[in-house]
Amino acid sequence: MFSESMFSVDAGYLEGLARGFKGGILKKTDYYNLTQCETLEDLKLHLQSTDYGHFLANEAGPLTVSVIEERLKEKLIIEFNHLRTQATGYLAEFMDYITYSYMIDNVVLLLSGILHDRPIKEMLAKCHPMGTFEQMEAIHIATTTRELYDAVLVDTPLAPYFADCINEEDLNEMNIEIIRNTLYKAYLEDFSAFCQQIGGTTAEVMQEVLAFEADRRAFMITINSFGTELLKEDRKKLYPACGRLYPGGLEMLAQAEEVEQVKLVADYFAEYRVMFEDDGTGMDKTLEDKFFEHEVRLNVRAFMQQFHYGVFYSLVKLKEQEIRNIIWIAECVSQRHRAKIEAYIPILE
Amino acid sequence: YDIGAVLEGFSPYLWANLGVGLGISLSVLGAAIGIYTTGASILGGGVKAPRIRTKNLISIIFCEAVAIYGIIMAIVISTSVVHFDEATASEKVLRANYKAGYSFFAAGLTVGFCNLFCGVCVGVVGSGAALADAQNGTLFVKILIVEIFASAIGLFGVIVAILQTANVRMGDKAD
Repeated sequence: MFSESMFSVDAGYLEGLARGFKGGILKKTDYYNLTQCETLEDLKLHLQSTDYGHFLANEAGPLTVSVIEERLKEKLIIEFNHLRTQATGYLAEFMDYITYSYMIDNVVLLLSGILHDRPIKEMLAKCHPMGTFEQMEAIHIATTTRELYDAVLVDTPLAPYFADCINEEDLNEMNIEIIRNTLYKAYLEDFSAFCQQIGGTTAEVMQEVLAFEADRRAFMITINSFGTELLKEDRKKLYPACGRLYPGGLEMLAQAEEVEQVKLVADYFAEYRVMFEDDGTGMDKTLEDKFFEHEVRLNVRAFMQQFHYGVFYSLVKLKEQEIRNIIWIAECVSQRHRAKIEAYIPILE
Repeated sequence: YDIGAVLEGFSPYLWANLGVGLGISLSVLGAAIGIYTTGASILGGGVKAPRIRTKNLISIIFCEAVAIYGIIMAIVISTSVVHFDEATASEKVLRANYKAGYSFFAAGLTVGFCNLFCGVCVGVVGSGAALADAQNGTLFVKILIVEIFASAIGLFGVIVAILQTANVRMGDKAD
């Protein structure tokens, strides 16, 4: 009880501020206005009346979807860094953990760029700004994972996650995906252990959110590996162990050879069974869409409790989803293909 | 090992002054926890919703009241701590003074702990009130009702403490 009263000493102001940011997340009426837009200029006008304000005001040149996306991400970064620079202690470490997943994506993006001989500047421009680290430019000298580790990653926070990946093989298409999933597995398990160490409401809230993330990755890895050369034993090594599927569900998933068998595994868990079934509303939602929806639901629920760090994680995830929604609508508007414009995922009422 | 002799060895002044000390310090602890909990949330929520800033100061006032209860009891008790002459006092007077010492200690504990938990409670509720008000302005008045109930429990502590110290006196003429 008293540990939660001590929460406000260091993190009370930041929690209030984070909830203020959450209050600015677009609502149903905002999305309705956006879907009515005819051009990207209209979109910009409508976004001006929301929390985004005049973020596109200084754009020289024609407005394109990629410019909008860049500015949206920039706004998220500014808000996140504003919170991060004022955070101390456990909260600072927690917020750093949030950035590691973007770092992993950036590392894999740069590696695949090298593989396809893309210029390093172009790849750096595509990296997610939340996952920058100092040694990013040095990645192009790596040809094997050992070199990658010794030269680049050993000084980054991702170093402990790389222990399982190091071997002498050359980097190729298959390896890069395996690297991504191995890093992510180690990261998720580490993050989960860290939250348990913090204890209290943070552990409770994050446990749920991270467990779903782990299970979702297990399902997606399984389904995406059908028809590739990935062996079952190798696939099993990629499953994160901090979800509800561990250990029995993961065993079953490792043996699965087609989507029907994956569905059988999902049947054991009420929330996952619903996602694999046809929901009968007639809307053509993919499995990923249903996963996104569930993730949004869990993240909104995190705001129902006070005095925990989970609100910062959920804020970032919800803002990300909002960016995906706005970009989806912007794409539909700019290509004048309005058939599926309603396929964004609503976040708040 | 004679506990009775040990307890008798403690002067009533010790108990009375401990009561004063604990009464005020635990009350202030409760008020402090309440104020920083609520205050941090008002500041945080007030960045994106500036309209909540003035209204939510009521929660801070409720927390402060808790410290005021503490200081009232501390003053009441400490002005009652009067010198008595242990050597020449009759048994009756001695007993009355010891009783007074114990009563003042208990009153200090009562008001101290009641205000400690009251302060923590008002703080948590006030923090929730500020953040809810920032999202939806109609919620503030409803949550204020919860806060009023929360601050009532501190008042109970003061009432009981006053009753405990009502009929006891220290001094050479105590009975």
